[in-house]
Amino acid sequence: MAQQRFVWPLISFVFVFGLWELAGRWPISLAFPPFSKTALALLRMTVDGSLPKAYLSTLQPLVIGIVLCGIAGIGFGIGMGLSRTIEWFSLPIFIILQAAPMAAIIPLITYIYGIGLTAKVLAVVVLAAPVVVMNSYKGIRNTNASLVQMCRAFLGTRRQEVVKIILPHAGALIFAGLRLGLAMGFIGIVIAELMITPTGIGDLISYHSSVADYPEMFAAIFSIIALAALAIHGLERLERKLFPPEIRGA
Amino acid sequence: MVLFGKRVPIVFSLVIWFVVWELIGRAKLSTIVPPFSDVVAAGMTILPTEKFSAAAAISLRSFALGMALALGIGIPLGVAMARVAGVGKLLGMWVNIFVSAPISALVPILMAVIGVGEATVVVTVFLFAVFVIILDTQVGVRQADRSLVEMARCFGAAPYQIYAKILLLSALPEILAGVRLGVIRGVKGVVIGQLLIALLGVGELFELYSKNFLMEEFWALVIVVFMFAFLLSEAVAFVERRIEYYAGAR
Amino acid sequence: MPAEAIVEVRGAGKSYDGTVEALRDVSLALPQGGLSTLLGPSGCGKTTLLKIIAGLIPPSAGEVWVKGKKVDGPGPERAFVFQDFALLPWATVLRNVAFGLELRGVTPEQRHDIARGYIEKVGLKGFETSYPHQLSGGMRQRVGLARALAVDADIILMDEPFSSVDEQTRRKFQEELLDLLKIERKTVIFVTHSIEEAAYLSDQIVLLSPRPGTVSRIIHPAIERGGKNPDEIRRDKNYLDVVDEIWQILKRYVV
Ligand SMILES: Nc1ncnc2c1ncn2[C@@H]1O[C@H](COP(=O)(O)OP(=O)(O)OP(=O)(O)O)[C@@H](O)[C@H]1O
Ligand SMILES: [Mg+2]
Repeated sequence: MAQQRFVWPLISFVFVFGLWELAGRWPISLAFPPFSKTALALLRMTVDGSLPKAYLSTLQPLVIGIVLCGIAGIGFGIGMGLSRTIEWFSLPIFIILQAAPMAAIIPLITYIYGIGLTAKVLAVVVLAAPVVVMNSYKGIRNTNASLVQMCRAFLGTRRQEVVKIILPHAGALIFAGLRLGLAMGFIGIVIAELMITPTGIGDLISYHSSVADYPEMFAAIFSIIALAALAIHGLERLERKLFPPEIRGA
Repeated sequence: MVLFGKRVPIVFSLVIWFVVWELIGRAKLSTIVPPFSDVVAAGMTILPTEKFSAAAAISLRSFALGMALALGIGIPLGVAMARVAGVGKLLGMWVNIFVSAPISALVPILMAVIGVGEATVVVTVFLFAVFVIILDTQVGVRQADRSLVEMARCFGAAPYQIYAKILLLSALPEILAGVRLGVIRGVKGVVIGQLLIALLGVGELFELYSKNFLMEEFWALVIVVFMFAFLLSEAVAFVERRIEYYAGAR
Repeated sequence: MPAEAIVEVRGAGKSYDGTVEALRDVSLALPQGGLSTLLGPSGCGKTTLLKIIAGLIPPSAGEVWVKGKKVDGPGPERAFVFQDFALLPWATVLRNVAFGLELRGVTPEQRHDIARGYIEKVGLKGFETSYPHQLSGGMRQRVGLARALAVDADIILMDEPFSSVDEQTRRKFQEELLDLLKIERKTVIFVTHSIEEAAYLSDQIVLLSPRPGTVSRIIHPAIERGGKNPDEIRRDKNYLDVVDEIWQILKRYVV
């Protein structure tokens, strides 16, 4: 039975990679290498160290940006949920920002902060922060009113109400916000590296594309998408472990 | 927020932010923040220009084409994945990966394969929007009330009637939620695609204004684009709420 | 009235959002050590009245006095059993039952000791480490009951505490509630939909009219319990008369 679980993902991989291979061999475009060549290029780039080196400079701003969002964004979202005044001042802005194409700001970030680490971190933060803040806010505001009333009936203080009822109740949504933020962060870091700072994985992509090394370019893109998928899947697993749906009490 | 014993509607906080913006601009605290009134004035001058309407037209066209593709392919595919077990298992994993993957990394591939033009932006919009539409449609159809389907069978409904009258209608709230998220992502897709290509539509304008340090024009464009994204998502949300009103009894 | 009133409601009224009038001019006196039931059609404001007494919602008119003090919030002398149980989904039965004590700063050993006692009393021994989602509706209700008992309040406000238990358990609980009253001299205010339950348990029955809820009648069923077993009481003429009297009034509210 345990093997059964892997049968469909395996078929699924074979199906998609097979299609890719066929499309590449046909070829649908000279710039579209088959899967096998891409895989070989991926191996080459891993072995010669160019890929690991690129990731070192890509992941650093991503992690810094997400940690910043995790602290400041969640903190602010919680504040927004708990305080009517903060909510009044900031909710409309965040509602707009969450729907807005924040990537438009990225050219400006380069303009001020140049092409260094700060610019990349800012690109991540600008894209990830709205969803992190809004999810924390929604988590707090969705508090089960009946549990809060129960807490008051048993003489809980406002502090206890927040610590023992509201925050545990919001935990799952806050965590989900962090996961969505990470997804946005990946988008941000890729745009930043493609547009502004010729470093990291974005540089690998643009460089190999400019010299028409399409297998290498595909390999770099494949790797960042795979990495994002793995990281987000990991967070999702952790989320389900920390906040199983049945004890979430939505 | 209560001022002088009266509740102040929350949208008014935006007014306060604009005033703060104006003050920061007047105090010349930062070169990238011109006074809000200048931004409005710049907006008034660029909006009627030929350049702006050309950029807006091309952006809107890419967006509309990409969204049409995403809806036309995403909804049927989502239904198929929910109703045909094999299709669901074969593609489910990929949809889940790409719904949160950094699609922005695929733009260089599109530029290499399709070329640097409007078609690439259309496909970018499509890719940004389609996966969440597929996913939500699938969830909606899967949750469609089984007893409703059985009821329809009992009354002798033909298969196409079951699809048209039961499955799609009862999945409508989820489908619309997917469409709203798809629309938000699609707008991001236009902007990101055009920014990365840097030769088209509003993306070109953003580049142009930030490179030439036309901050008034830049912020005016940001406001216009953000408002467009917000109003569009609110419009879908409005339809969604109307539908939810009917679906409330589910 | 034998004992003096421990809870007094004076002219209480409540309208939600200024539009829905749930209660109008309710005045009641509830005797110390007695069991009073609030009985009335669904939506007539029973929960609202109970929560006003608990200090959970402020009345729009009138006031409530408990033990000679005006109520302006929840107090340690009152405990509440919620109609929707209000259990923490992420906490075990043990923590849920001990939650009231936890909020008061009782040490873990002490509060868990007390909680275990009440868990056993409500018949949930062995479920200490279960989570609410693993329990049936009736079991959850008993967790809520144990939590209210654990804080040792003088007045227990119960919002349909036996609505989700089966009839056998319900009757067992009724007996235990009567015992509890006899031994611990608690005052219980009890919301129910069951005429039989109200007639069987109460020293005083408050009948409420449909919304806006007003006191339509107060009945004191003087049922002789002395030495009789429950089945005999249920055949007692007095008891049957009370049941019939209530039914004659409530019947008019059924359209
Ligand atoms: N928070 C609220 N906001 C607005 N209206 C409310 C609120 N709570 C209760 N009501 C209204 O007040 C009326 C009385 O409600 P309440 O819950 O007190 O009834 P009840 O007698 O306990 O009913 P049931 O027997 O069904 O529990 C109802 O019509 C209800 O719609
Ligand atoms: Mg009630």
